[in-house]
Amino acid sequence: MSATQSGSAAGTGIGASVLRKEDRRFLIGKGRYTDDINVAGQTHAVFVRSPHAHATINSIKTDAARAAPGVVAVLTGTDLAGDGIGPLICGVTVTSDDGQPHRAAVHPALAQGKVNYVGDHVAIVIAETYAQARDSAELVEVDYGILPAVTSTAHATDAGQQQIHDVAPNNMCFNWPFGDKAAVEATFAKAHKVSSLDLVNNRMVTNPMEPRAALGEYNTGTEEITLHVTTQNPHVHRLVLSAFNQLAPEHKLRVVGPDVGGGFGAKIFIYAEELVVGWACRKVQRPVKWTADRTEAFLSDAHGRDHVSKAEMAMDKDGNFLALRVMTNANLGAYLSTFATMVPSYLYAFLLAGQYRTPLIYSEVKAVYTNTSPVDASRGAGRPEATYLLERLVDVCAADMNMDPAEIRRKNFIPKDAFPYQTPVVQCYDSGDYEEALDKALILADYKGFPARAQAAKARGKRRGIGLSSYVEACGIAPSAAVGQLGGGVGLWESAQVRFNPTGNVQVFTGTHSHGQGHETTFAQLINELLGVPIENVEVIHGDTAKTQFGMGTYGSRSLAVGGVAIAKACEKLIAKGKKIAAHALEAAEGDIEFANGNFSVAGTDKAMNIAAVAFNAYVPHSYPAGLEPGFDENAFFDPLNFSFPAGTHVCEVEVDLDTGEVEIVKYSAVDDFGRLVNPMIVEGQVHGGIVHGIGQALLEGCRYDSEGQLLTASFMDYAMPRADNVPSFDVDYAPTVPIHNPLGVKGCGEAGAIGAPPAVINAIANALGIKHIDMPATPENVWRAAHAQQRPGQKAA
Amino acid sequence: MPTVKMKVNGKPVTAEVEARTLLVQFLRENLRLTGTHVGCDTSQCGACVVHVNGKSVKACSMLAVMAEGCEVTTIEGLATGNTLHPMQQAFMDNHGLQCGFCTPGMVMTALDIVNRNGNELDEATVRKELEGNICRCTGYHNIVKSVRAGAKAMGSKP
Repeated sequence: MSATQSGSAAGTGIGASVLRKEDRRFLIGKGRYTDDINVAGQTHAVFVRSPHAHATINSIKTDAARAAPGVVAVLTGTDLAGDGIGPLICGVTVTSDDGQPHRAAVHPALAQGKVNYVGDHVAIVIAETYAQARDSAELVEVDYGILPAVTSTAHATDAGQQQIHDVAPNNMCFNWPFGDKAAVEATFAKAHKVSSLDLVNNRMVTNPMEPRAALGEYNTGTEEITLHVTTQNPHVHRLVLSAFNQLAPEHKLRVVGPDVGGGFGAKIFIYAEELVVGWACRKVQRPVKWTADRTEAFLSDAHGRDHVSKAEMAMDKDGNFLALRVMTNANLGAYLSTFATMVPSYLYAFLLAGQYRTPLIYSEVKAVYTNTSPVDASRGAGRPEATYLLERLVDVCAADMNMDPAEIRRKNFIPKDAFPYQTPVVQCYDSGDYEEALDKALILADYKGFPARAQAAKARGKRRGIGLSSYVEACGIAPSAAVGQLGGGVGLWESAQVRFNPTGNVQVFTGTHSHGQGHETTFAQLINELLGVPIENVEVIHGDTAKTQFGMGTYGSRSLAVGGVAIAKACEKLIAKGKKIAAHALEAAEGDIEFANGNFSVAGTDKAMNIAAVAFNAYVPHSYPAGLEPGFDENAFFDPLNFSFPAGTHVCEVEVDLDTGEVEIVKYSAVDDFGRLVNPMIVEGQVHGGIVHGIGQALLEGCRYDSEGQLLTASFMDYAMPRADNVPSFDVDYAPTVPIHNPLGVKGCGEAGAIGAPPAVINAIANALGIKHIDMPATPENVWRAAHAQQRPGQKAA
Repeated sequence: MPTVKMKVNGKPVTAEVEARTLLVQFLRENLRLTGTHVGCDTSQCGACVVHVNGKSVKACSMLAVMAEGCEVTTIEGLATGNTLHPMQQAFMDNHGLQCGFCTPGMVMTALDIVNRNGNELDEATVRKELEGNICRCTGYHNIVKSVRAGAKAMGSKP
């Protein structure tokens, strides 16, 4: 693939920081998000949710609600089951240590006799206005038989705990060991030094700024359901709702993800509300609209993270990593969300090698049910958990070995000449130069100057700390064969259609979905680079199953690495066809036609025609190659041979006020390897956003349930989101390598910041305080307590 | 139901609304001005910021009837024809938005910051003043740049 050609494309092709084409509509208030859409005859829905974490439902009385003004319908799980609507599914199978598939509890979209978390769906009330629906929802009387709740990740499987699902004894969804346990134990037994760390990966609420919403319309004439929904992957929604939930046959179901106000994973999943709204609009023969308020989002969006782990590293006398052992409890919540099982398994344990040569790795993941909201992928998904554990442990190793954290990392890095590098945990990293990223990051962060800055801070009564995080992640999610082998129920290729119109402008249909990533610009730049069409003549279309051919959507930093290549492949087909058309028109042999800068020309002559003229010929084929199909419109699918492996080193410098426990991030430097950048401005924006997501986890965000399963952090007043005055500006640079499996030479960049940042921040705080560890979020209270607790012996600031 | 009259983006509007109707609901549902967004229900996120009589207000924290007789400006009222307001242009030029959901509130707040603090804004001031607007996408880096650039551009406007 000749993605390196440029020329007419210079300035708006690959590598140019082109301003975003999509910005204008958002800036003038003309974005069109799901809740902005209103249709004739529309009704409004409110869900009746469980106020209890764990209870049987003895009865539901809906008479008063049904009789309330404006109420159109009140529907419960009985109605849903009566119509044969299936339960929600989890699409990835993990095999437990007993050889059995994970224990999948039935996940009804409206409760069937039992509720399992606060916010669980009991009934839907549909009325003429939102206020009427909300008022009458209060009139639904549910008689609950309250049961004890299980909320602890660490203790959910303890003997004597309340049983949540009959199919999952001891609340265990799966116990998944991976690696050579005996070899790891033998290595630990003869190690010079074993460093160990107990740590919690705090539960997060993903919180895209646009709350989830759904608008269902049923056309009695065509018998088609149209579902506008806040989704990152409309075709996946359609597939699952059709194949597993029996909402409607796939060809009678249109799913539209219009402008979507951020996703970060939370809008991948097929949620109860979406299925119920789709079903209800046919049931009541009226359009039904539901929009979550923020508290509903806290209660019912899938949450992220929530691990409790023990990590141990065996080292030789020189600080070489010999073996890693990890024991993790992962909380999956009350039911399995769409991809829940994959996150703490394949997306976690397979990343535990990090950037290091550690030859032996053994991990054991116990995935547990609790009476909390389902937990699933959230920006990074498994990889932030692996990276946090490993990069925190490496700092403990450095302290134990009396080594500089940068040097113990460097010593153990996979060297750049060892790629492709087969790790002991499945992944084969295709490219990387970890030392270069580290070196650049240390310079960017002025690591050498840190001791002087720490001294100066001390003189002012503050404590400074510096922390590193050298991460690697696996994204560009595909390849289908690997996903299938691992128990995934879908293919993870991507598709594209590149269509010239007769007048020479181009429509690009992509199966990915943009909800902030800027695809409308980046993909137009690809077309500009590959076909020489000005970007203003390119329209990128996504998010509607009735418009785009097919697709798996956007998550796992896959849109450019997988979807972008599909677009490039469609361009290749257009060029090949264009050569035939140009050869005919220019009266030359096809083999003599060259394509560059948007022009087909006869080699060695000045005879040429541009691609717009070729497109016109293809649609008005009055004089046209015999046997060639008319039209200038090509489809392509791409399924890569491997993931892409972005990596980098982030350096965080903090200043801690010992009196208040406040942590100020005074400098944050990131050097990442994303391969080739198509739009550096957009990439840098992704890095910034990811870092602040990670800083949020490290310093502020902590989702808390009490022992009865009540969510204590169910609003932005109780759950601290990072705000502008919590974070600094960032120093960002790159250390690119060429990924051998990606024809465009690109890697994903959307999750890297959220993966790299948490350990960098916590390492910096631990360094500042001279302590071994502090759990996230490192709030002022937690930091103050840690600073004033008796210091443990043997800990040393780097 | 009470009748409410106000000027929105320079145009007089009159409507009968339930007394409990929030200003943001009135703008979005009655006037179909859906550029003003609702991102929370505790007046924390700032996605619904509009100007009422020239001052920034979280439109979720005010009843429509409280805006009786007021002049309300929303994100839809900023551009002049096809020409973006300098603050809107600054957000575009500095990649100050990603998903766009918080953007209207950010821009309206930014204008209020300029109105109160002038055209030369330092980073610390902008960050402190943006404390009431949450963005999950950008990490604020480019929003801060945008606000400072927009403020400057507004100052140099002829």
